[in-house]
Amino acid sequence: MNTQIKLILKRYCSDRTRLLDILWDLQGLYGYFPEAVVTQLSESLNMSANDIYGVISFYHFFHDRPTGRYKIYLSDTVIARMNGYEEVRTALEQEANCHFGGTDETGTFSLFYTNCIGLSDQEPAMLIDDVVFTQLSPGKVRVILSQLRQNKTPAEIVNPEGLPSSELAYVERLVKSNIRHKGAVFFKKINHRVLLDKCLNQLPEHIVENMIASHIRGRGGAGFPTGLKWQLCRDVEAEDKVVICNADEGEPGTFKDRVLLTHSPRDVFVGMIIAGHAIGSNYGLLYLRAEYRYLKDYLEYQLQQLRTEGLLGIDFDIRIQMGAGAYVCGDETALIESCEGKRGVPRVKPPFPIQNGYLGRPTNVNNVETFAAVTTIMERGAQWYRSMGTKESSGTRLLSVSGDCAQPGIYEVEWGITLGEILDMVGAQDASAVQVSGPSGECVSVAKDAERELCYDDLSCNGSFMIFDQRQDLLRVVQEFMRFFVDESCGICVPCRVGNVELLRKVDRLIDGKGCQKDLDDLVSWGKLLRATSRCGLGTTSAKPILTTLDTFPGIYQNILTRKQGTLLASFDLKEALPDGGRFREE
Amino acid sequence: MTIQISIDGKQITTTAGKTLVDVAAENGIYIPTLCYVKNKTCLGTCRVCSVKVSGNVMSACTVAVSDGMKVEVDEPEVSDMRKALVECLFTEGNHNCPSCEKSGRCELQAVGYEVGMVVSRFPYRFPVRERNHTSGKIWLERDRCILCLRCVEFIHDAESGKKIFSLSKRGAKARIEIDTELVESMSAGQVKVAANLCPVGCIIEKGHGFNEPIGQRKYEKKSIRERAVAKNNNE
Ligand SMILES: Cc1cc2nc3c(=O)[nH]c(=O)nc-3n(C[C@H](O)[C@H](O)[C@H](O)COP(=O)(O)O)c2cc1C
Ligand code: SF4
Ligand code: SF4
Ligand code: SF4
Repeated sequence: MNTQIKLILKRYCSDRTRLLDILWDLQGLYGYFPEAVVTQLSESLNMSANDIYGVISFYHFFHDRPTGRYKIYLSDTVIARMNGYEEVRTALEQEANCHFGGTDETGTFSLFYTNCIGLSDQEPAMLIDDVVFTQLSPGKVRVILSQLRQNKTPAEIVNPEGLPSSELAYVERLVKSNIRHKGAVFFKKINHRVLLDKCLNQLPEHIVENMIASHIRGRGGAGFPTGLKWQLCRDVEAEDKVVICNADEGEPGTFKDRVLLTHSPRDVFVGMIIAGHAIGSNYGLLYLRAEYRYLKDYLEYQLQQLRTEGLLGIDFDIRIQMGAGAYVCGDETALIESCEGKRGVPRVKPPFPIQNGYLGRPTNVNNVETFAAVTTIMERGAQWYRSMGTKESSGTRLLSVSGDCAQPGIYEVEWGITLGEILDMVGAQDASAVQVSGPSGECVSVAKDAERELCYDDLSCNGSFMIFDQRQDLLRVVQEFMRFFVDESCGICVPCRVGNVELLRKVDRLIDGKGCQKDLDDLVSWGKLLRATSRCGLGTTSAKPILTTLDTFPGIYQNILTRKQGTLLASFDLKEALPDGGRFREE
Repeated sequence: MTIQISIDGKQITTTAGKTLVDVAAENGIYIPTLCYVKNKTCLGTCRVCSVKVSGNVMSACTVAVSDGMKVEVDEPEVSDMRKALVECLFTEGNHNCPSCEKSGRCELQAVGYEVGMVVSRFPYRFPVRERNHTSGKIWLERDRCILCLRCVEFIHDAESGKKIFSLSKRGAKARIEIDTELVESMSAGQVKVAANLCPVGCIIEKGHGFNEPIGQRKYEKKSIRERAVAKNNNE
């Protein structure tokens, strides 16, 4: 066997649950997965080659065919499309001399579309391998590609000073953090050593009680009470338990976890250590989305620092698990499957992760922001935390604000703030619609909903806050969101796999001007089907872009309906249906 | 622990923790299924067993019964959802029953009858799907695959334990792959098991076919509903 492959396998003890890491290293070596390599892998891991291809082909950033020397992934989002995406896209094709999905003749560039890469405050943006380029323009694209042609590496282009990738300065050279408004909880100076000394000397029960008393709820979207989750996980009797930090941040429009990991990585890691103590676990994983690979060295260095300081590595250690490009892996059970080196398919529940999670162990999954908040709560106290926000939604939360506003970026707000107040704060006087919580959330009308409060009982928010003014075509936004769900459905269950395609086709038809009232009725009833019968949160929420805009902006649909003419459906194109486009008959 | 639940108003005494689909069948109430195999890991892929439990729609193969549960199977809204899901499967692939070897023994076809499907509400897609007949023993007719995952999860190479069938890609592009080499080492018995396990006519045993005359085929002799609720449904 090839010695390099042997070395990689040895690094991971030929453990098939580390398949994602093995694949990342192999792709680093070969650029893609040659058949011979997969064959060798399959022998060493006792898996069939198809089984391995099954994993490779699940993830967006793994390639089973050769690509160009540079893999360019352009972030295709509604926000990018509001900021010159199309011009950048064209410039890329011209400059690379190939189309998206292909490679140029010289084998230098491959172009790929990719869904939101967590940079909605500085779109258009793209990844070249694992280096990120933001605020693109056609001119900028031309300069970057010509430098690549002159054999400069992507890192050398963004970082001419050669800052080490383990430093904050390197990350800041690549992306802006745009922290616009700080509140009471995040980005604080904390003495982590003193805090950890204090926490680890407390009884685990006390910490859990503290979390329960603070009323904090998970920031990943579902809003599950964190204290209760820890309590349940603590109550399970088992030798090995696991703490996982969910840094998949795949919801289009969110980027707050990126900024937390950039400026407060220690708050996040210390939050995980505290959780470990509370539930009785000595092992933590940070699941980092592939789009954030440029943060990996920096985060590894931060972990190493914590180990050097004796805060990590003795009773509790943390490993970074790289994802490989799949929104659905944000679902905690899909994330666990992915951590185990498999296709990121959501599990059948029950059992829940707190009973049976990573490698069968009780596992507590929390969002990045949840862990960062935990650290401050332990520093300042549960009552202090609870004094902010509303009765049911305590504390503050980070908003990732993007779209039509003066100051896109990160805002820390107290729960209970109204939609109108947020829009004032971010400079969005002309806003007419806001997509709260991304595609899986709600599209609200500024005219009708300005008084609504951001909180779990009213306008729940996972951090994504995309603003649209009158100029934006909301139906196109809906279409983009539906395309996103079609792209990202794992396909394991029928309603989501089949239904999203049908919903998207209906929206396409409406935009084509061929839709009638029956299409709207179908959208509602099929949307309900997905909502009720899908296996995971992706399918249960994917119809929401349609259902919520039908509710708040019925006009955008009603105005483009056609009426049935004669006996034919509006959507029926006689010419198209006939062979030869109907020419035969006309002649 | 003995508990009481109600299904469509019928009071049932059973044991806590049992799977709802089984409990219903044991009590003469049919809940359609396509991916579920009794006594095997729940796959939860087809969602065709969706019912209402205390008002919420849940797939009955994933529900463990507990005391006081109120289940609705024969309820208009959720019955229509089950029908819609079956319709999804007919439009997603290509199903030409009259020429299909599995006809009469096919679970999708049989369930189609049970949910009263006539024509699909979704547009037929007529996809072009590549079939795989490279193996000497199995013909993989992807037109009919419903991605239930039975073959992926329950059929392994006898010697190495490797997967013989696997899933590639994701979303609407997902499809079943077959390891031709491993198929060659399958015993005749295992090939039969795989072909029978496939609820539709996707895994076809080569060299056999159309054995039973029309009218004498499995679900013509006894419907899928009768089989599911019969006390000894081990056929
Ligand atoms: C399709 C899908 C995507 C998700 N993506 C994320 C994500 O990117 N980050 C996250 O923290 N939670 C995500 N979640 C929610 C997680 O499943 C889980 O509830 C969360 O990580 C728990 O952390 P919390 O309790 O701190 O919120 C997602 C859920 C679904 C269904
Ligand atoms: S709802 Fe969609 S993403 Fe979730 S399990 Fe089903 S197919 Fe996969
Ligand atoms: S697989 Fe079943 S439903 Fe499909 S064509 Fe064959 S008999 Fe008909
Ligand atoms: S081949 Fe048959 S058993 Fe396998 S997934 Fe398809 S329908 Fe199910």
